[in-house]
Formats: sequence, structure tokens, C-alpha cells
Amino acid sequence: MAIHRIEIAKTIIDGQALIKKKKIESFGFKGKIRNLWLIDVYTLAKKISPSALQRIAFALTNPITQEYAIDKPVFKKRFDWAIEISLLPGVTDNVGNTAKELIEDLLKEKFNQDEGVYFSSLIIIEGSLLFDEIKKITNQLLNPLIQTAQIKDFLHFKKEGGMTKKTPQVRLSPSKKVITVNLDVSDEELLKIGKEGILDEKGKRRGPLALDLADLKIIRNYFKSLGRWPTDIELESLAQMWSEHCRHRIFNSPIDEVKQGLFKTFIEKATNKIRKKKKKKDICVSVFSDNSGAIEFTNRYLITYKIETHNTPSALDPFGGSITGIVGVNRDTIGFGLGAKPIANFYGFCFPFPKKNQPPLYRDRQLKQKLLSPNQIIEGVIEGVNVGGNCSGIPTSLGFVFFDDCYRGKPLVFVGTIGLIPKRIKNRKSYLKKAQLGDWIVMIGGRVGLDGVHGATFSSEALNEGSPATAVQIGDPIMQKKFSDALVKKARDLNLYHSITDNGAGGLSCSVIEMAKEAGGCEVWLEKVPLKYPGLDPWQIWISESQERMTLAVPKSKWLKLKTIVNEHGVEATIIGHFTRSGHCVVRYQKKIIMDLSLDFLYHGAPQKNLQTKKPKIFIKKQNIPLPKDFNSLLLTMISHLNIGSYQYISQQYDHEVQGNSVIKPLQGKGRVNGDTVVIKPLSNSNKGLGLSFALFPYASQIDCYQMAGLSIDTAIRNLIAAGANPEKIALLDNFCWCDSYNPERLYQLKQAVKGCYDFALKYATPFISGKDSMFNDFNGFNQNGEAIKISVFPTLLISSLGIIEDIEQIVSIDFKFGGDLIYLIGETEEKMGGSQYYQIFHPVNNQLPTLGDNLPTVDAFKNKKIYRVFHKLINEKLIASAIAISKGGLAISLLKSAMAGDKGARISLKEIDNQSSRDDFLLFSESPGRILVSISPANQKRFETILGSLPFKLIGEVFDEKKVFIDNQRGKQIINLDLRKIKSYYQSSFKKWLNLE
Amino acid sequence: MAQPRIIVLSGYGINCEEETALAFELAGGKAEILHINEIIKQPKKLSQYQILAIPGGFSYGDHTGSGNAYAWKLRNHLFDFLIQFIEKDRLVIGICNGFQILVNLGLLPAINNHYGKREAALIHNDGGLYLDRWVDLEIKNNTPWLKGIDKIFLPIAHGEGKFYAPLKIISHLDKKKLIAATYVKGEICYYQSLKPNPNGSLKDIAAITNENKKILGMMPHPERAIFFTQLPHWPYLKEKLLRVNKKIPQFGPGLKIFKNGIKYFL
Repeated sequence: MAIHRIEIAKTIIDGQALIKKKKIESFGFKGKIRNLWLIDVYTLAKKISPSALQRIAFALTNPITQEYAIDKPVFKKRFDWAIEISLLPGVTDNVGNTAKELIEDLLKEKFNQDEGVYFSSLIIIEGSLLFDEIKKITNQLLNPLIQTAQIKDFLHFKKEGGMTKKTPQVRLSPSKKVITVNLDVSDEELLKIGKEGILDEKGKRRGPLALDLADLKIIRNYFKSLGRWPTDIELESLAQMWSEHCRHRIFNSPIDEVKQGLFKTFIEKATNKIRKKKKKKDICVSVFSDNSGAIEFTNRYLITYKIETHNTPSALDPFGGSITGIVGVNRDTIGFGLGAKPIANFYGFCFPFPKKNQPPLYRDRQLKQKLLSPNQIIEGVIEGVNVGGNCSGIPTSLGFVFFDDCYRGKPLVFVGTIGLIPKRIKNRKSYLKKAQLGDWIVMIGGRVGLDGVHGATFSSEALNEGSPATAVQIGDPIMQKKFSDALVKKARDLNLYHSITDNGAGGLSCSVIEMAKEAGGCEVWLEKVPLKYPGLDPWQIWISESQERMTLAVPKSKWLKLKTIVNEHGVEATIIGHFTRSGHCVVRYQKKIIMDLSLDFLYHGAPQKNLQTKKPKIFIKKQNIPLPKDFNSLLLTMISHLNIGSYQYISQQYDHEVQGNSVIKPLQGKGRVNGDTVVIKPLSNSNKGLGLSFALFPYASQIDCYQMAGLSIDTAIRNLIAAGANPEKIALLDNFCWCDSYNPERLYQLKQAVKGCYDFALKYATPFISGKDSMFNDFNGFNQNGEAIKISVFPTLLISSLGIIEDIEQIVSIDFKFGGDLIYLIGETEEKMGGSQYYQIFHPVNNQLPTLGDNLPTVDAFKNKKIYRVFHKLINEKLIASAIAISKGGLAISLLKSAMAGDKGARISLKEIDNQSSRDDFLLFSESPGRILVSISPANQKRFETILGSLPFKLIGEVFDEKKVFIDNQRGKQIINLDLRKIKSYYQSSFKKWLNLE
Repeated sequence: MAQPRIIVLSGYGINCEEETALAFELAGGKAEILHINEIIKQPKKLSQYQILAIPGGFSYGDHTGSGNAYAWKLRNHLFDFLIQFIEKDRLVIGICNGFQILVNLGLLPAINNHYGKREAALIHNDGGLYLDRWVDLEIKNNTPWLKGIDKIFLPIAHGEGKFYAPLKIISHLDKKKLIAATYVKGEICYYQSLKPNPNGSLKDIAAITNENKKILGMMPHPERAIFFTQLPHWPYLKEKLLRVNKKIPQFGPGLKIFKNGIKYFL
């Protein structure tokens, strides 16, 4: 095979190179790099004429800013080191793919399957560095799970005529054989099969099935009754279907006295009860059954919402993990009903604190598999959602970051998508779908490779050395955008398919079986599935999670039309089987049946686990924090804490204005302060708005998970109320990120949290419409001394809320508007400080010994609900100038946020709140729920107070134009006197400073 | 004259086609979104339209340079038809990715009407990152697209928006008055304490035209500023208006640009 290499260098000052230089210097090489250049490299594996090569190079080069060289180095000056970073074989190469498409179009000639275009980055360094140092730099730049590097010094580079030409083509020497797995083996061997995988003919284990002994024994009995042993693909398929990731077995199994399991007994039941009680006012349309949940938005449109997590993939490859997370959850929108259009993205990142020179952790005892550093994780995850969201043309507006070292082993990466779909499409209810007998099974989108084999099963386990590298993937958001346009903007409205679902966890095996349930059976012809490269084994094709694919049920009469539309958008569509009514899922490979399992066994065969809980011994400690002396510096410490400070750095690199639907943006007011709520306007011809918010209290779950759930639900609701949402039209999503979930003590906490969800959802009459759980966020590894280490996340419950705003002209933002406005505190302040950000600042949480205090604030839902209803009346009467729900950091932080956002000063007095509190700092930083801080025009004072009547509210101060913030304590003594500009600089600097981004 | 017809290009990762079409419709035009492959199939269709709009987005994921691959697709299949189109009395607008495409296609700035030659580039922002914020613009030439506008504020959202061209080209642009708009300090920059030039563009260039001023390329997104409630400070303005008993306006400043396009044919 002829291999050509086109190198492209900048001819102007290269800002990207300067950034790279700075980044490398931050690895501890300050002053050691004199110059750095970046060179784009395209390696072409194809026979191409010299003149065609010239045309290609010309097309890939921007003549204004770049120059190229073909089959020789473009860089001619002297230098010291060259590092070339390229992707490993099989890793999605988006740039290479675009270049290939461009070349095919240019030459009017297709590449065959052995030919290809591969992209790599060449870094040229001038600076006296030793080989060891260059290796160190390379290791920091590289993720060995997806990339590889070639290093040359100048001498070798010169001698060898540049870098060595390499093509990362995948060459598999597959068996294509289907193995039968004998299960008549010892328990020990069964366990091994479950943990490490099927033994292939070369004596290698294929990777985790995440099946336990009980599962495998049931499978053994089932096949015994059939008189045969399972094939590898059958066993792999069962593992996918029964995985924690796909089936949520912990939520669905009996636990203590709860025979129906936690989901049915609490989450689903809460929703059902609320819906029944609300009767005609019920806003739910599709709950828990489809890829997203849906509520009624207007009488013609539905809003869908789904939030996923992508924690384990992000721990291994932060960029790939988070981009496939966001693009994957977009597919939960496209795969809702007959296909909803994604109209907004949500993100939430729980990170370890970024620290320099932190001792490394390893996944293996041999200390070879190093865990990525917090900074690598943080930067990669942020960038993944950037590329995924921005490239897809979906606004990414609402989001959060939360830091704690409990996320050092695994970060939590929440990603969500809101969708819009007409209620009826061509007289069909858009939210119902059913594959029919005889429909073609059609796969559209990208091709199938080894990427993502065993994704579902490995995320059902803790991260350890057996975690398979093939589970790592890189997304191609443009591919998805192309088929999303073809489906949601074209094919859907022409009624060209009966059913649709996305290929996520478990790949085809899960999506096809899911739709086979609708039709009553299926037959699949696996050899028809288009592959990225030849040589995949049948079982791999079946369970691969290669990204950007949907599965459709297409009536035979509509197939040609569908194929034409999809192809016209530059996307492949392939028939891979048909739906039957056999009650079985039959898979053939080159005509031979290699899988034949009853749907009943696939769906209902898994044994239920009988889970037991045990009340944990929690070392709750009363806190004794000395009374602060200098409140000014205390307040600055709080406002610059990573969990409170600005993350504008993220908000402004995520396009939140595409589609033109933003009404309250992620950064509010003059001061561009991050709010906890955004509002979008989904329809251009309706003034109805949709409010989106969230809450999480991981610290509180160390003390009491029941109250923790209450706090989260109250806060997620209150954030929406403050912005103007109708309290009667709010729905919730739950995302449980738990740890070590077979541990009875963790299960106890889970049960408490779920009970809290049930009680508080009922009290507020806010139904859950969708949820997801991720139960094993643990890291089992080693420190640099080879000692075993376990890091588990705090039980983390994310409650997300969506609420309807009847008229967006009534929304209220958080920024103070005018000097002279009156500041009111609505709601009551308690001294209960347990789990607060204030306590956390003084007592960083130690994983073993929670020291966050013992007294969590209590949620009085009955009282709060009354307040929220009346507050909505205030909003309807346009009496509120600004409003912020008080949350992390308490009153003081909310006050500063409103002041910074409005670029206004303020004076408040704690005396007005409570003059019998034991401590001023508690009044400042208490996170008592149910409270909203508002400012109003003095002209509205009387009306405002009359409407609030006997509800708890206090006039506590005033907004003014002078840019200073004053706070008096209970005895009238001034304890805070700060310049607004100083506050703002602390607020805005924290994130960048910590992350070394300045 | 009949209602002007606008063709709004889509496909391969362009993603602002719907709001761009909406803006033209609100402005009184008849906008149709067409996938580039549909036009390639029937290139003669182009002649039925008065305005060609290339919207923003991420065509081909910005790989091989923003706008480059899409520009090559147009060049390979539609170049002659595009030239025929612009040689008649037609208008073209490229917004953000659309601007990047026009520049890579050599339809902008096309000095001395030399269409097809690449003469300018939109490169990575000085900040190195994708950036979504609002900017103030000062209008510098007499393109029909920006008629009657002196200053305007609009949002930007791009990673590669720094206008770059060799000095010689820049002085041509200057001399021939092809610079259509520059970043300046205005209402939004004062409101949010922002520096005027968001990306390091040479000469603060935010938009340019060709020589007959009928092709406009701009980095900011007017289609994201067609409603008042899209402005970053509208909650503040709303409260301000409320206190003097006034209703908020319905539309935002960006609409004017689309109206100008329509008006040109009426």
C-alpha cells in the first residue's frame, strides 16, 4: 500500500501553539521551552498520483495562513525535539474522516476498505530538554488508551527524513467462529466468566460480563432445559440485558420489606399518585417508559427531558467520555417517541479539587496504569461537552460544577437533553411507537467497530485494572447532526417508520431486543451490519457501542423513501433484519443461527436479588467552629470557593444561544453571574417559557439521606419559583450516583434517599418523569507505595427540575436593578448548619469520618409550598425586581450574587432576621431551605407586604448605587464592609486560578 | 415585486438554518431551507431565489479548518452556478460558519472581482477557546444589508472568528471600503464590562463585503437577536420600562439586517 504524508504548518504567528507551549510549561517546564510549533499531519494510505496529491494538499491547506509539504518535512528550521501524537487503530478519527470525504469529493473517487486518511499532530519543540523530560511531557499530553506517540530528536529527524510514516489501520485476525460456552463448570470458573469474561480459543478472557453466580446458575439451568450450551453471543447478550446499567437491578429488586423494589414502590408510585390527584391538571404525558420523560408544554407540543451520567468512561478518557455522554443523551431525545428535536443541553460535573503535585494513584498493583490527574480529568471533561454540544447546534446553557475529593477515583459527569416534539404527527400520537410484524430492522448512522465493546457491563462495576480499553470511544457529533436532521426534520413528519430507538448501552443487542418486544420477535442478519474495518466477531458486532447510530422499524413500503432521505443527508441506512412474532430473538451470521433466545428469558429471566440494608454507623460530630473575627476575609473565602465561585470559563465556551431560544442565560446581569436557573423559549410563536434548574447536596448525604433528598427537591423547585415558574407545573428528574451499592449500609442510605424523594415529591406535587442511576462509583486501586486504596463518591443525588413559565415576560432575574430598591428575605432562617458549604470550608470532608456537623436543615414542605404559591402571585403582579433562591453559602452569598449581577451595592442588617441567634456567621451562611431573597421597587412595598400577609418575610435592607456591600450584625455593628469590585474579582478568579487557566 | 425568496443552506453540520429562515420570514421574505445535496441535484434551482443565506454552524466539525470542507463541496459542485447567481442582482449573506465558508470559497473579499481565490482567513480566537458573548458593532460601509444602521449589538459564538489577512489585502479592504463592520465599545460592552474585540480580529474586523457590497460575511449572529427577549440585558430593560409604565418591544436589533435584505428587492 502506498503511503503519503501531507504536513501543514502555520506561516503566521500561531495562537494555538502559544497555548500549547504555556500548557506544557505548566507541567513544570517553565522557561525550558524556547519555541514550539504545531503541524497538522494527514497520512494517506492510498495510491495517488503526484498531481492529485498536490490538489489534495492545496485543498487541506489555507494559503493565507499555512504552507504544506508532501512526503517530506514541512518544518525546515533547526529544533530539538519532535513529538507526533496519533490515534490508536480503531479510535474514531473525525478529522481524518472529514479529510477522506473531502478527498473523495475532490477526486470523484471512493476509498476502498483498506485505504484511509489518518490525522495526527506533530509538535516541534526548541528547548534544551532531556529525553526523559520529553517523555514526561509526552505522557502528560497523551491518553495511552486512545493515543500513541512518536518521539525524535533533531538528529534522527534529519537522518531519517522526518517522522516515520505510520497508518493506524486496524488489522484483526478474527476467528469469526462462534464459541459455545460450557457452563457445566465449577462455581469458581462461573465466577471468573462473570467477572473477567468468556475464555476465547486463544485462552484469553474477553472482558467483564458483570454477571454474578446467581445469574450464571439461572442461565445454566435455562440452557440445560434446552439441551444445549449457550453460544458466546447469547451469553454476551444476556449480560448486556441483565446488566445493572441496562436493567437497574438494584432499584428493581426486593429490598428489606419493600417487595416491589425501590423504583416501583417509591419513585414510580409518587408519580402515579400525583398524576391521579392532579387529574386534569396532570402535566405528565410519558414517564419512565421511553428514552426520555415528557410533559405537556402547550396543547400542541410536548417537552422531553433525560439526564444521563457518563462517569466511568470519563474517568478513563475524560474528553471521549464526556463527548459521548452529551451526544449520547441527545439520542435519548431523538429516540423519544417518534423523535424529538433536541433544544437544550444540560451538564453537571462533580470533580476532585484540582491540586498540583498530588501523588498519583494507580489502577493496578504493578503501578503501570496511572489514574489521570484531576486537571486532566477536568480539562478533558469540559472540552468534551464543548465539542459535543457546540458541534451539534444544541444550546448548552444550564450546568454546574461541584468539587470534592471524593470524586478523585471517578468524576461524575451528568449530561442531559431537553427535546421538543409535536403531540400529534400525521394523526399519530407522537409519543407512542410500536414496531410491527414484517417491518425491516434498519440501522442508520455510523459504522460498527470495536469501540465500546463491554461499555454497559463495565460501567456496572467499580473502576479497576480489568476495565477494558475498548470501552473508550470518541463521538462524532457531526454524523449525529446529519441523521438527526434527516430524521427529526424530515422522515419523522413523513411517517416513514413505526418505531425508533437509539443505540446506546449494549449497542444493537439492546436496541433491537427492545423493539422486538414491541413487535413480538425479531430476526437479525449480522453480516449485513456495516463495519468500520473487517474482521469483527459476530458477538462484537452485536454488543459494540460504536456511537451515533439509531435503530428503526421501517415498513417495507416506506424503506426506499427513508433510505433516499437518509442518504441525501450523507448518512448510511442498512436493513439488518426484520421483526417477527416468534417470541424469540434470532440472530444469524451468514445464514447460520448463532443466537436463539426467548424474549421472555431475556427480559424476565434474571434472578431478583434480595437486598438487605443495615443502618450505617455514621460518626456524626457536633461542630465547634470558633467565632470568626474577620468577616470580610471570611466572606471573600466563601465567594471564591470553587463550589460557589464563577464558572463563567465554562458557560461562555458553551454555545447557549444557538437556536435563539435563550431567555434567561447562564450568566446573568451586568456582572455575568452564574445563576442556578435558566429559562428558554422553545417555540418561536409562543410566549410560553420553560425554566430549568437542579440541586444536589452530597455533603448532606453524609448525615441523613432522607433530608438530603428533601433539601434537593425543595431547592430545585425553589430555583424555578424564584425565576417565575408556575408552582403547579413543575416536574422532576432523579439521578442517583451511588457507591459500593451491594453494601447494606449504602443500600440503607439509598433507601432513605428514595423514601425522601417519595415524600417530598408528593408534598410538593411534583412528579418524577425520568431518572437514571449509576450505582458503582468506586475506585479500587493503589497508591504509589502499592497499597490498596478505595475511593467512593458520596452518595450523590441530582434532582433536576423543569417548570412551565406561562409568559416569559414575567420572568425575574437574579440581578439587583435599581438603587433604592428594598431587599426582603422571604422564609425563615434556622441555625442548623450541618452539611453546609460553610462547614465544609473549615472541615474538608474526610472520606471515612464525616465531620460536617449533625444538624441538617429541615424542609417544611407544607409551609414552603404556601410561600411559593403566594410568591407566584407576586410575580404575576409584576412586583418583584430581582429574586434569587438562597442555596449554597446561604444568605450572604446570595446577596453578593444579586449585587454583583446588578453591579449595585447593598446594605442589610442581620438584626431584622433574628436577634436571638447565637451566631452571626450562622445567620450569614445558613442554608435553610424555603428562602428567597428579593428586591422590589419601593413603590410596590405596600402591595408586596399585603399579599405576603402572615407568611414569614422580613425587610432586611436596601440596594444602592454606591458599589459597596455592608452587613450589620444582630447588635447593629457593621461586620461586612466590602468593595463590590473586590468581591467580583474574588468571585471570578477562583476557577481559573485553581485550574491554572490564566 | 413579489415576495423575495431566500434559500437557506443546510447540511453537514450547519445548524442555524431554522432561526435564519425564521428571521427572513419575520422580515417579510419567503425562506426555504435546502440541504446542499438537494441543490447539487438541481443546481438550476438557485436561480429561483433572490437571496442566498449560508447560516452558522459547525460544517464538518470545523475539521481541516472551519468552513473549509463545506466550501470545497460547494466549489466542486456548484461554483459556476454560484457565480451566475452573484453576477445577477442578488444578495448573499454568510453568518459565522457561513462567513468562514464564503472566505474559503473565495467569494469574499474577491478583490477586483476575482472570485474563487482565498484572500482572507478566520482563524482561532486569541483566547484559544470557543466564545459565546455579545458584541457591539460599528457599521463601516454602505452594503444594502446594513443600510440605516450605525451601531448594533449582536451575539457571537465561535472558536475561529479572528479575521486575518495579509497587510496588502487589509489595505485593499480599507481602500475599497469592503470592511462592513468592526467591533467597538458600545452599549453591551459598557453593560457587561467587556472588551470590544472578542477574538483578536485584525483592525477589529467583524464583517466584510465583496466589491459590489452585495455579499456580506459576518461573524456575529443577527438571527439570534431578532427578539427583544434574546438580549442579555432585557430583564433589566423590562424592569426599567415597567417603572415608567411602558411595554417591552417585541423585536431585537438583528431583525433590521434581514429586513434590509428583503427591502432591497421591494
